[in-house]
Amino acid sequence: MFTGKKAIVIGDRDGIPGPAIAEVIKTMGAEVIFASTECFV
Amino acid sequence: MNFPVIKKSAYALVHTPDMLIHNGTTQSNERSNNPNSDYVKNLESSLRSYAEVVGYAPYQTYIGNMTPEDLASSTRPWYSNYNKSADSQGKFGEILSQDLFYALLQISDVFDLVKLEVNFANAIKEKLVKHDLLSKFSDKIKQGLEKAEIENYLSENAEGLYEKGELVGCVLDAHKSDPNLTSHYMLENLAVKASGVLALLHLIKDLDISEIGYVIECSEEAIGDQNQRGGGNVAKSIAEVVGLNNATGVDLRGFCAAPTHSLVNAASLVQSGIFKNVVILAGGAVAKLGMNGKDHVKKDMPILEDVLGTFAVLVSENDGINPIIRTDSVGIHTVGHGSSPQAVTTALVLDPLAKIGKKIPDINKFCAEMQIPEMTVPAGAGDVPTQNIKMIAALAVKSGQLERSAMPKFVEEHGYQGFAPTQGHIPSGVPIIGHGREHILAGNYENFMVIGKGSLFLGRMTNLFDGISIVIEKNPGLKQKEKKDFNREEIRIMIAQAMKKTAELLTSEQEV
Amino acid sequence: MDLEIQKRVKDFAEKEGKENLVVILGGAEAEAAGLAAETVLTGDPTFAGPLAGIALDLAVYHVVEPIIKDNCDAQVYDDQCGMMEMVLDVEAICDEMDAIRSSCAA
Repeated sequence: MFTGKKAIVIGDRDGIPGPAIAEVIKTMGAEVIFASTECFV
Repeated sequence: MNFPVIKKSAYALVHTPDMLIHNGTTQSNERSNNPNSDYVKNLESSLRSYAEVVGYAPYQTYIGNMTPEDLASSTRPWYSNYNKSADSQGKFGEILSQDLFYALLQISDVFDLVKLEVNFANAIKEKLVKHDLLSKFSDKIKQGLEKAEIENYLSENAEGLYEKGELVGCVLDAHKSDPNLTSHYMLENLAVKASGVLALLHLIKDLDISEIGYVIECSEEAIGDQNQRGGGNVAKSIAEVVGLNNATGVDLRGFCAAPTHSLVNAASLVQSGIFKNVVILAGGAVAKLGMNGKDHVKKDMPILEDVLGTFAVLVSENDGINPIIRTDSVGIHTVGHGSSPQAVTTALVLDPLAKIGKKIPDINKFCAEMQIPEMTVPAGAGDVPTQNIKMIAALAVKSGQLERSAMPKFVEEHGYQGFAPTQGHIPSGVPIIGHGREHILAGNYENFMVIGKGSLFLGRMTNLFDGISIVIEKNPGLKQKEKKDFNREEIRIMIAQAMKKTAELLTSEQEV
Repeated sequence: MDLEIQKRVKDFAEKEGKENLVVILGGAEAEAAGLAAETVLTGDPTFAGPLAGIALDLAVYHVVEPIIKDNCDAQVYDDQCGMMEMVLDVEAICDEMDAIRSSCAA
């Protein structure tokens, strides 16, 4: 679905963290160019 | 195994509304980026009074005047239903006012960096004398300076100390050119030290301090100059103020996971016999004051992150009474575990429990991150303590230890509402220790799990998450062990006597 | 959304081309996820960051939305997000994402 797309991942420490999202998106053909995790605590 | 015990714990808060305005990073960033924003203009009217802070149910729970069970049944929102007759002194500690904290900053300062204005200094000295734990330090309040002198220091890069908007003192740069010894950092570091002193003073009330050998400080500040940023050692500096003359110590860092790392380290030092009594403690984070303030104001709420948090826990040799620290139950999130919440929770909850033959529902209470939900929900982080217990429930379902239909009941029974301020390390795992210890001693429950988690990626050195956990359990008593040791000794003596008799018999037979 | 992240998104949009990018969110709350989505669609609604007033109109999804779940490797999704599906209010997040996308497209 995302073949050829470049993905920007904005995860949440208290939701789904960046690296976990990146693992999922990679399986959809996207190239993860940036993965971060926000922290509000 | 002869496990160490949780002997005592102390929890205190410091109401710091002016420090929130001047020193919290959200506010100082906003002032420099958008100096004319409504948020900056309306900061003062968005703050709570000391009485509102003292009567805030989560804070009353933190200092031990309410139990987490009382908190669960108290009316929400907690900030608008505060108890007007609440006591600032609690079973575990107190909620200190900002003016007394400025006095404590000067008491904790050994490099003459904290200057107080003369009228403020005189007034605070009088107030200090009436304070149960701080009165003994009143002679450490120095002669105050004229306001013009303080203003002069401010023009030379000092950080101002304000009380109700009035300039009442300042903190100086500790070095002319060292970026790590600026007044900004010195204030943060002195605040972590002074608030740590407060918790330690509460902890050692009625204790023989000569027996405390080691202190581990686990906040998030870096102490050091430009050649060793983060060199340390807040722990020893706090021990010095309080007079722990037989102790040394160390700073342990690991973001919000540090308190639980410290608990595990303290337990190891005691169980190994290296020290009989180890204190773990942490002061509060000035930078985090008002961290989510913009979101609070957007929702027409007062800015709730208005206190510094501090705690201290004493880990001691097994006394047969106090709850034991199950050092055979340590849960660790390793480098290889990955960052998915599932992997983290498995590593911290499921795996360590399996090591000691327990299942998730066997643990009465899980305490991961106890942030007050009113502070985090408006910021978009959700109700963190409830999310954590839901994660544990979901893992129990996934691993076949809980029926899916039983999840809501599990969440209600095995978790607590958050009652600690969003001070990073302060809400992480350790807030349960005070109430949990009391509940175990009263026979209300058997055990609880302390879970520390840390967002290591904030330091930009790794994308990894971190976590460590440990179970605290009712003490089965020493009698069983003593009896067992006695029997073993008895058997040893019997065997020795029998061997001696046989030898004598053989000898006499040879003689015949 | 964090100001540094806004800056990175802006830079990537310029460098890689908007049409080549996709933004995937993992926020815990529907409202916060919605705000993040709005930021990369029509610009920072708080007017605080580098994306204030800049409509990038990027493709944006939350990782728990069906369009992601149904099109990725099921085992990887289960390992990485399966448990959190039981924790987060997935329905509210999906509704919010749909609402933001349609209001920003309008």
